[in-house]
Amino acid sequence: MLETALTGTASELKFRDPEKAQALSRALEGICREVGREPVSVMHVCGSHEQAIAKFGLRAVLPRSLNVIMGPGCPVCVTDLPEVDEAVVLAQDGVRIATYGDMLKVPGTSRSLADAQTAGARLDVVYSATQAVELARDTTDEVVFFASGFETTAVATAAVVLADPPPNFSVLSAHKYIPPVMEIVAEMPGTKVEGFLAAGHAATITGSAIFERFVERHKIPVVVAGFEPLDILAALVKLVELVRDETPRVVNMFPRCVTPEGNRNAQEQLWRVFRTVGGQWRGIAHVPNGNLRLRDEFAHVDARKKFQIDVRRLWNHAPSTLTQLCICGDIMAGIASPSGCSLFGKECVPDTPVGACMVSSEGTCRIWHQYGGHPDL
Amino acid sequence: MSATLKAGAMAGTGDLVTMKHGAGGRAMRRLIEETLAAGFVDTPVDGFGLAAMDDGAALRVGDQWLVVTTDSHVVHPIVFPGGDIGRLAIAGTVNDLAMMGATEPLGLTSAIIVEEGFRRADLERVQRSMQDTCREAGVTIVTGDTKVMGRGELDGLVINTTGVAMTTSLVRDAGLRPGDRIILTGTIGDHGIALMAKRHGLAFEVELTSDVAPINGLIRNALAAVPGGITAMKDPTRGGVASALHEMAEKSGVCIVIEEPQVPVNPVVRAAAEMLGLDPFHIANEGKALLGVRPEAAAAVLAALRAHPQGGAAAIVGTCLADHPGRLVLDTGIGRRLMTESEGEPLPRIC
Repeated sequence: MLETALTGTASELKFRDPEKAQALSRALEGICREVGREPVSVMHVCGSHEQAIAKFGLRAVLPRSLNVIMGPGCPVCVTDLPEVDEAVVLAQDGVRIATYGDMLKVPGTSRSLADAQTAGARLDVVYSATQAVELARDTTDEVVFFASGFETTAVATAAVVLADPPPNFSVLSAHKYIPPVMEIVAEMPGTKVEGFLAAGHAATITGSAIFERFVERHKIPVVVAGFEPLDILAALVKLVELVRDETPRVVNMFPRCVTPEGNRNAQEQLWRVFRTVGGQWRGIAHVPNGNLRLRDEFAHVDARKKFQIDVRRLWNHAPSTLTQLCICGDIMAGIASPSGCSLFGKECVPDTPVGACMVSSEGTCRIWHQYGGHPDL
Repeated sequence: MSATLKAGAMAGTGDLVTMKHGAGGRAMRRLIEETLAAGFVDTPVDGFGLAAMDDGAALRVGDQWLVVTTDSHVVHPIVFPGGDIGRLAIAGTVNDLAMMGATEPLGLTSAIIVEEGFRRADLERVQRSMQDTCREAGVTIVTGDTKVMGRGELDGLVINTTGVAMTTSLVRDAGLRPGDRIILTGTIGDHGIALMAKRHGLAFEVELTSDVAPINGLIRNALAAVPGGITAMKDPTRGGVASALHEMAEKSGVCIVIEEPQVPVNPVVRAAAEMLGLDPFHIANEGKALLGVRPEAAAAVLAALRAHPQGGAAAIVGTCLADHPGRLVLDTGIGRRLMTESEGEPLPRIC
């Protein structure tokens, strides 16, 4: 059982003050003007940032000359088809799959986990890795935790793997590691990205210093940002300042949680359990060192080693031709926007998503479909 | 298990009814329009029938309206913090009648289907709860039906209730006009979050309780405050406030702008929803109403609501505009965005 302390709302409101938000918006407008050309394009690599931007309606108050691109920051969206297929095959074989809610609708090669559930497979939506373990303790069935997310949730998975889980528990890791994909985006031909907003929660684990080498190599500023509206606006102000002054640096604008060195204990657990391997990120590219997989010494907890997962039997259902028209990859690379996709809002809607960006509440297409992108309200 | 799955070869899942078709959003409306209501919507009715897709039907009887509504109740778990399936079954139907301006139900019917092996003590508990809730609403059950089905043929208990009432002042969910103010009768999200917490074993320091309650007394106060002052009503149950407002805006042909800072949300519900990545606007309520009110009547209706024990947190939360009919805009106090309708069952996010 999750025991959670809830504090009052006073502290949360500190970072949601409308007047301060308006002042920051005005400051941002001024700095964008000082850059003297438009648009200024910056990218965030975190679905939670896009979610906060959309939820608080920030796009309606951001300067038109500032292009805030959502990068490949939604772990659900970049989960590759074969990874979903593996979970679907296990589910069809009668294994209980425990996973985070937004993984259910991600389309695999021929179907999603939600489709498998409709046809009778057993799925459990969990809120944490710990809950998946508890599920396994309460049953004799095999329980596979289909684990997704970046460094943040991977640490939680590592912790349960290290805490001696029951023998009927194993992990199907679709965890991803963010720093390598920033390199890919920065080196992508035609990239317009002039600065990155880094995710505050991932940096809480990795530390802000992890971006120093990146900045040195690519001469692009990185600002670590939190998730309240004032956090995001203040970080954007700092980032555009660095663009204007042509002074690429790492700046930590989330110091109440993030330190330069990060959470050493969490890092230690993460790397004891996981190693990085190269792999395809859906729609983006092959990302060297972009996937987190369990180390060999944890083979007994690794669903890929424990079960014979033959995904080929799903492949006699040809992938739909629609999938080939999907431009999620270009959207996540910041080269295209959803309005440039022929499927967006027509064949591809949240009810029947074609690409993964329409599935998760953190996906760019889903967010544009729901909140209207740059709405004129 | 895998054998059956393969044999079924998973027929296109578009051919199957899924959980999202029951979640109160757009998918559900489409299923009803395309399948269940087909063939009935075109039959002429003296009043408002299925074609109106309102909370219930209103049939003309002399110079009055006979309002009829029916609802089948399933809930998991059957007993939850703040209520149980019995209370839900009575309150749901009484409230649907009230949403059409009929706050004095003539009577309810109750049809119960029980699964073999259901504990008799639990059934008695549900029955007592139905009685108590009826007393609270000033209504009684006038006829009923009981069936028992084999083990595994249904999940525990299903209760269907039908309600009938007369009214002279029919209120529909399509009656909003530009300039009307939107009043919410209390905090949002309580029922859905309490159930989700219970269902998924999430414990908070403060227990979350469902708001399930009959609110015909509260609505009676509001209707009496300014005759003709209330132009539309809807109770934001499944699909939450967002779905209810979308339906009202679409049917009425107005744009609704909601001021988020004015919307009452219990701080614990807000925190729990944020933690789970859910939007309180998408979460079910079982004891609240959205009222469209003429601008000059808004203050008096609000005062009447607040004077009732169930309406202490009532607030004016929005305004109807003529531009962009059907659109729902949320002013967050910091920026503005479209407020979306929920798509299927709300799913907690990963991070």
